[in-house]
This record gives sequence, C-alpha cells and structure tokens, in this order.
Amino acid sequence: MDLFEYQGKQYFARYGIPVSPGGVAQTVDEAISAADAAGYPVVIKAQVQVGGRGKAGGIKLASNASEVRHHASNILGMDIRGHVVQRVWVERASDIKAEYYASFTLDRAARMHLAMVSKEGGIDIEHVAATNPGAIIRRHIDPAIGLTHADAVDIIHSAGIDEEARSGAVSILELLYKCYVEGDADLVEINPLILTPDGRIHALDAKVTLDDNASFRHPEWAAFDGTESSDPREQMARERGLQYVGLDGSVGIIANGAGLAMSTLDVVNQVGGTPANFLDIGGGASAAVMANALEVVNSDPNVKAIFINIFGGITRGEEVANGIVTALGRVTITSPIVVRLDGTNAVEGRAILKAHESDRLISRPTMVEAAQAAVAFAAH
Amino acid sequence: MSIFVNETTKVVYQGLTGSAGRFYGLRNRAYGTQVVAGTNPKRAGENVEGIPVFANVHDAREATGATASCIFVPAPGVESAVMEAAEAGIEFIVVITEGVPAKDEARFYNRLAREFPRTRLLGPNCPGIISPGKCNIGITAGEIATGGGPVGIVSRSGTLTYQALYELTQKGIGQTTCVGIGGDPVPGTNFIDCLEAFQRDPDTRAVMMIGEIGGSEEEKAADFIKHEMTKPVVVYIAGVTAPPGRRMGHAGAIISGSSGTAGAKMDALRSAGAHVAINPTEAGNVMATVVAHL
Repeated sequence: MDLFEYQGKQYFARYGIPVSPGGVAQTVDEAISAADAAGYPVVIKAQVQVGGRGKAGGIKLASNASEVRHHASNILGMDIRGHVVQRVWVERASDIKAEYYASFTLDRAARMHLAMVSKEGGIDIEHVAATNPGAIIRRHIDPAIGLTHADAVDIIHSAGIDEEARSGAVSILELLYKCYVEGDADLVEINPLILTPDGRIHALDAKVTLDDNASFRHPEWAAFDGTESSDPREQMARERGLQYVGLDGSVGIIANGAGLAMSTLDVVNQVGGTPANFLDIGGGASAAVMANALEVVNSDPNVKAIFINIFGGITRGEEVANGIVTALGRVTITSPIVVRLDGTNAVEGRAILKAHESDRLISRPTMVEAAQAAVAFAAH
Repeated sequence: MSIFVNETTKVVYQGLTGSAGRFYGLRNRAYGTQVVAGTNPKRAGENVEGIPVFANVHDAREATGATASCIFVPAPGVESAVMEAAEAGIEFIVVITEGVPAKDEARFYNRLAREFPRTRLLGPNCPGIISPGKCNIGITAGEIATGGGPVGIVSRSGTLTYQALYELTQKGIGQTTCVGIGGDPVPGTNFIDCLEAFQRDPDTRAVMMIGEIGGSEEEKAADFIKHEMTKPVVVYIAGVTAPPGRRMGHAGAIISGSSGTAGAKMDALRSAGAHVAINPTEAGNVMATVVAHL
C-alpha cells in the first residue's frame, strides 16, 4: 500500500522523525484552520500519488488566510495527470539551506536491505543516479544484524552530508531504519531531507510503501484504508480481502494463484480478448471466497464474460464448484461464465458443475479453449 | 535421481494439527512421503491418524530422525517456526505459508545463511517440492506428476507449477523433481540453486523454468544458463500484460519502473539460448520437441 505524503509524514512522526507542523484538509475552510494552526507562511500541497505535482500547480506558498483560500480552492479538485486532488496537506513553510536524500528498501537481488543517501536531494533520485551516480551512497544492511550506529555514521559521512547537519542526519537515518523495519515498510524515502539556516534538519517530503503482508501486526494501518484507490472495483475487492487489480478490458478473470491469474490475462490477450482485471482467489479459497470474487467481477459494467480458471492444489475442485453454484444462487450474474477446472478433486468439482450447466455456464477442458470461449462471449 | 529430496527424506510437519497442515500432511503420506511427525506445543503425545505429535521440532527429530520440515503455521509464526527447525538440526525447510512479512523473511533468510549455512530453505509462499514416486512435500497434487524424468521443473508460481506437471504428464513425459520456489521477494531457494542442482543431476536431461514479472532472478538465471548449463531449458514467463507498478498477487510480482518486465526477462533468456514459450501449453509442446531430440 502506497501512502499519501500526509500519511507518510504522520507515519514518520510515529517513529520520531521530525516533519514540519501541518495538517490535512479536504475543504478550503479546513485548509485555513490547518494553516492557522501551523503558523504562516505555509505551503499547500496537493495529495496525489503521482509525480510532477509542483509543475502542475499543485504546490503553492501562502502567507495569509486569504492566500490559503485562493490556492486551496484552486488545488482541491484539480486533475493532476488523471488523479483528482481530494486532499491538501498544509504545513509551515521551511527555509532551506541544503537538501539531501535518504531511503531504505529491499534489494531483492542481494536479499538484503539497501540504504541510499545522497547530498543531492530535492530532485528525482533516478535522475541523480543517471547523471551523477557517485553522489549516491548505497550500503547493504544485513537484515539479521540491522543498521548499527556505526553504519549510520559511516553512511552519512561517506555521502558528504554537510558537517553541521551530520549528527542530525545520523539520528534521522537511524529513526528512518526503525520506521522501515518496525513499521513494516517496503520503502521509506525522504526527498528532500532539509537543513534549515538555523541548523535544524527534518523531512520535507515522505514516500512510504507499506508491506500488506504485515497488516496483521499494525492495527493503526486501518486509518489508511479507503484512501488509497479511486477504483470502486478495487475498493470493493479490498473490503472482501481479495487480490484484485482493475484493468480496462471486457473479460473478467478469476483464477487461483497469482502466476495462473497472470497467465490467464496473457492467454486472453493472445486469443484476441482484453482482460477486465487480475483476480487471484489464492490458496485455500472456499465457496464464500469464490462467491465474493464473482460479485466483484460482476459489478464491473465493462465485463461481458467471466473466465474462471482453476487448477487445484490447495484449492479443492469441489470447493470451487460449490462456490460458483453458491454465488449463482446469491447474486444475479449478468455475464456468461466459462470455467476451466483441473487438479486436486477436479473430477468431483466437474460433476457438481455439470449438474448446473447451461448456456450461461459452460466448462472447457483447456486454458486456451476456455479463453477462446470467454472471448467469443465477450464479443457478442 | 532427484534434487533436494528422495525416498529417504523424513518429514516433520509444523502445523500438522491445523486444517491445511492435516489435509496436506495426510495427502503427502498417502502419496508415499515419509511423514514421520507433527509439532504442536499444546498437543504433544497426541497423534494425527497415527502420525505422532511432538511439542517441538527438536523432540520430533530426536524421536524420528526427521531430516526435513514442512511449515504450515500461520504467517505471524513462520519466522520462529523456521528458526526452531534450523536450531533442531533440520537440513531442508519448506515454508508453504503465504503472507509472510518481507521483514521477517529477509531476517530469517539471512540468519539461516549466517548461522545455519548447510540448511536449505524453500519458500515461503511456495507449493513445495515433489520428486514423483519418491517424495511429495507440500500442496502439489501428486497424481498429476509422473516419475522417471527426464525433465526437472522449477517455478515461482504454485498453480503454474501444477500446470507444467500436468502438461508434461499428459504428453507422457516424466519429471525428476519439481520445485516451487515461491512468489515472495526473498525466496529461500532461487532459480540458480535449482538450475545448478538439475545440471548436476544425471537423470535430469532438460529443465522447464517458469518465471513471472518482478525482481531480476530470471535475468540472473539467464546468465547462469548461458555460462554454466549444457542441458536444454524451456521457459515460460507470466505477466506479459501486467501493468507497471501494480502488485499482481504475489508480493514479489511487481514491475518497478522499467525493471522486472516479462519482456526483458524473455529477451535475456532467449539470448542465453533458452527456448521461450508464450503460454504454459506452448511450453509443454516445446518441451515435448526438446525431449524427442535428447
């Protein structure tokens, strides 16, 4: 889950990482209250998960309440590269003496955490990496040991962070690592990390991606629910605990296993169709999960046919078949369904389906044949 | 022959008393796997249809000589289950559980590498391993596999692993071992570990490799295939149509920026001399041709 900047800053604050005082606002009046509380001058920042918001006019400076009213009313509702601004973050403006960069993420190839620090902050780090790679210090952190104080000191010194900022930067780097590990983030990034003329250092931006697998030990993440996606299908799927990604085609996909679901998308594409979604009902999927999956796919007005592709391992064939039958009794499925069922207890599963077969529910033995049938339905 | 497991492998199931652990533990035993024990700290002394339950892996190993472990415990308990198995002297640990936090798996992978370098970890979030006719650890439906070789299979995806077994079995092509390495960002065993073992295994004469979007393991495997492998490799990569920046079910299946695309992986493997197929059925057909010419 990608957090908005304001959520990222709130998350940083939980771990003691200094951020500018500020507040989030959904209306102009709320923006003025937040600005009054933070103290003028303030910066008003559009909350969208897309780059280039500054250039698009989504970040403005205001020195009094009437300027806040003017800018907030322009920014709220603005469309930035397809993302409509629903919230602004209003924070006290900072004087900047120097801008740095700091992040932690997992280096999958090395199977270790990766710290990246640069004295060239405030611009896209990929740009720095391309034009001045020597300006970025990269250090692997062994997850079995963690980031030691000595590591943090060494990284900050090696990166050439200005002397007056070093001790503050070391302590922020240690807090950022704590946020990354204890906060179960896949990515934590501060860009820029700023030094003010009076010698203080704090995070001026926050980019945080949370590891969804760790949500069981973070009840506080519930506050982030419902703010991430603007796609109602994805919202509906998330409420039902399903792994769903919305696409724009006409063949609804339900498969068990992420690999098979991806493969199903590819095969639908290869036979001339367009997938409406990715949906993995996972291992151990019960009748209730299948029914939920059908409801979500059925809610998509673009869906003209549904392709259920199940190869039984942890999901047993009769559970899948019972799930389809249960779902058909529970909701009116508007599109014809093509099922391809194989694997563990597939024989039992197919027998259950056979008893319910019609011109709206058919089964095909192979992935390609089932994809062709679903694509043909979608074309009518 | 087979890789990593064989008919002498004795397996303890951590989570045998849970519903999935019981279902698959019993299925694995019915297949012929030596399922020698289960663990549950609260149910030591009981048994699951004759499989003795011990308080912990140490006790299970002392009593039964278990060499491998299969973990079905829920995600929050996986890290301690893995370390418990390693500390008890288990040499091969298979984690079926999905949804393990990335921080946990990065930590226990590196702790094993540091403290138990001889212990092999497979998974998390994997279907397990099957050497047809000898040993089946995990959730693979044994009836879709055929023994005798000559094909070894390695895959990041569970259901695509079954698909590959099924395609080959239908064509009358046997398998030596089929390894599901799992779809997480830090797999305990990776493509190269399996390719290396298959290259050394005299009974494996061709390899089917199934990858997907995300990370760079397939590109690293391509490099290995180019320089170290003499046996033919047939490859299928899932996710050609996956949009960038979206996690496709598996925690590890995400295109980050321009890296991790199916296209880039297919190109790397093709130029390494692998046979690249565009869907699982075609992969089976290509393998049939490869096997016919061995």
